Amino acid sequence: MKKLVYIFTLMLVVVACTESDDTGSGTSNSDDYNRVAMQTNLADNIIIPRLQDLKSSLETLTTVGTTFTAAPDQTSLDNLRAAFVSAYKDWQLVEPFNIGQAEVMLYGFQMNVYPTTTEDIEANIANGTYDLSAVGNNDAVGFPAVDYMLHGIAATDADILIKYADANYKTYLTDLIAQMNSLTQTVLSDWTGNYRDVFVNSTENTVSSAVNKFINDYIFYFEKGLRANKFGIPAGVFSSGPLADKAEAIFNGTISRDLAIIALDNVQNIFNGQATNASATGEGFYKYLVALDRTDLATLINTRIDDARQKIQVLNADLKTQVETDNTKMTEAYDALQLVVVSFKVDMLQAFNVSVDYVDADGD
Amino acid sequence: MDFSLKTYLNKTTDAAPLAVFRIGFGIMMCYGMIRYWLKGWIETVYIQPKFHFKYYGFEWVNTLGNYTYLLFLICGVSALFVAVGYKYRWAIITFFISFTYIELMDKTTYLNHYYFISILSFLMIFLPANKYFSVDTYRSKVSYNTIPKWTIDGIKLLLGIVYFYAGLAKINSDWLLKAQPLKIWLRSKYDLPLIGETIMQQDWFHYAMSWSGMLYDLLIPFFLLYKRTRFVAFIMVIFFHVFTRILFPIGMFPFVMIVSALIFFDAPFHHKIINKFKSLTGFISAKAKPINYKSTYKVRFSKVILPILGVFFVLQLVLPFRYLLYPGELFWTEEGYRLSWRVMLMEKMGNTTFKIKDEEGHMFLVNNADFLTPLQEKQMSFQPDFILEYAHYLGDHFTKQGHKGVQVYTKSYVALNGRLSQLFIDESVNLYQEKESFKHKHWILPFTDEIKGL
Repeated sequence: MKKLVYIFTLMLVVVACTESDDTGSGTSNSDDYNRVAMQTNLADNIIIPRLQDLKSSLETLTTVGTTFTAAPDQTSLDNLRAAFVSAYKDWQLVEPFNIGQAEVMLYGFQMNVYPTTTEDIEANIANGTYDLSAVGNNDAVGFPAVDYMLHGIAATDADILIKYADANYKTYLTDLIAQMNSLTQTVLSDWTGNYRDVFVNSTENTVSSAVNKFINDYIFYFEKGLRANKFGIPAGVFSSGPLADKAEAIFNGTISRDLAIIALDNVQNIFNGQATNASATGEGFYKYLVALDRTDLATLINTRIDDARQKIQVLNADLKTQVETDNTKMTEAYDALQLVVVSFKVDMLQAFNVSVDYVDADGD
Repeated sequence: MDFSLKTYLNKTTDAAPLAVFRIGFGIMMCYGMIRYWLKGWIETVYIQPKFHFKYYGFEWVNTLGNYTYLLFLICGVSALFVAVGYKYRWAIITFFISFTYIELMDKTTYLNHYYFISILSFLMIFLPANKYFSVDTYRSKVSYNTIPKWTIDGIKLLLGIVYFYAGLAKINSDWLLKAQPLKIWLRSKYDLPLIGETIMQQDWFHYAMSWSGMLYDLLIPFFLLYKRTRFVAFIMVIFFHVFTRILFPIGMFPFVMIVSALIFFDAPFHHKIINKFKSLTGFISAKAKPINYKSTYKVRFSKVILPILGVFFVLQLVLPFRYLLYPGELFWTEEGYRLSWRVMLMEKMGNTTFKIKDEEGHMFLVNNADFLTPLQEKQMSFQPDFILEYAHYLGDHFTKQGHKGVQVYTKSYVALNGRLSQLFIDESVNLYQEKESFKHKHWILPFTDEIKGL
């Protein structure tokens, strides 16, 4: 009897200590797969360098923007547009990293919500007072808003330049770019400050660990930010008909396919742990899967991403135009991307057996 | 034969083990209700969802909105009444009905141990668990020292069935020859102190766990029955359940099983527990009038009760084998999977999207998150009966929205025990036209691999 009481007590203690398993500091691992090495590769070779790239291209955008607003002419407009495209491309490489300060500030929502609401932008400009960080302005800031400001406020370049005679337009453009700069600076500073170490060492299999959050965010980005936003929604797969105006960069009208390909390359590079298209495979999901004896899946994911890329490469440079001319090709690209979603969400999550962040219930 | 059955039914035994069982059961169930409430699951599981998945034949079991809290309150209070043995019969009937009603409201949260609690509380309705050491005896001043032996054996048999059938279900090639799904689950526990990075990653350990889990389930009822092995067996019960509790999010189940297994011990052990309780509540009994202890309690209406329990146990023995009536792989189709003590056998995930078509040629995909909670979507994605029920819900929804001639198609990919995902449902079948029934669902695509075994 006494023995049983002891055993019982011990059992209760053990269980009491394990009931809440969502805490605990990060520990380094020395098992088959080294998650700290994976996180380190992600942080040091991919996330932080990409943020720095974006920061520097946004600084260029600021400089070129200042030149433009000082003296709006065709040359400075062309320069500004080129700087915009280059920064927008760099943004594609950063959008998946909705973690840390980016998550706290809803960075993505302030940088790339499209379609942008042009009425809101015009209203802000007319009023001259606005809080760009307000949630209600998420659809009036960031790259889509700049896209509108540089290509959409009037039908011809000459008319656009005329608009910029108005100081309010200059101010709004300047404020937009400044806002994107400052947000990016905050996110980058957090990474180079303390978050990098948090990210690298938070490798437990819990809902709140960085490694699991990153996996979930990564898949969510692919499903929502890439598959749905860039392809599914404009192609009308979720609606009764196509919604071409919901494509990305519609005012520029020549870069949305390339943005999508850059985004897809980025997803694949993250998967393979590659810093850039050209670098060697590093620690990442690919090697993690191989360590779990799932080379079959690791290979299949790369194949499916390659297939999807081929379906995208045949599209018009402007996805809006593609939807309007031959939407079947768009939905084919969507279907190819959906297969990658299945591999990520079903197979890869099963292989990693990640504690998912949304399901809270007992199992048996 | 008939004679020996009669002698068996007339055998009596000490009433204490059943009383202790009643107390343990009641306390745990009451705690279970409180726990569920505090975790906020009443809200997220029963109140927030727009739509609830129903068991076939129980579509009439409606959710109660905010009154669901009241239902949990009733259930918890009745469990407390069971524990103290106050108006026991009414309490256990109330508990059985309220608990079962809760479980029937939404099958998304189906767990074998909830089913176990339902049928156990059903069995307890017929047992004289309040005839010894209860408020009822304190009030009626009549207590019985012995009760029919079959009443305690009934609980032992039910526990035995749960373990033994769980063991039988583990005799399959995925579990024994591939150590799946334990291989996936154990490796992901890399963050456990000491063992996480070491033995949790070892192949031999995955196999050892699989095989010992199977042997444990098959043998533990017998080891608990025999006096010589009982104590060691009980230590194993504790170890096994605590270990699984650490590894997996299985909530209350381990404690339910550990406390339940106490019933296998002999009466002196239970008297010690009761004496402990008595010494704690001594101030009450000191003032009370003495209770008149009688010898044997005779179960009333046993002519009705025994046949009912006979049918109940036959059903328990037969139900887990109903899957034999269906073609195809059980783990894949899940036709006959529930109510069969198939526990922890599958790591199964799916991704299932629905396409709505109408006669005007409109065609679009559904965003499942618009209609389902994440938990519901997860469960729906790999279970055919969920997929069908949801397809009908979507069909009705879009018909109501004014679409004419709605058709519902699905594209579903499912991965089972570490195999690559494959197409699950025939994409060309309009699920809105298919009816739920106990018949085989012809629109489930065949499993391309083979799992041998029971």
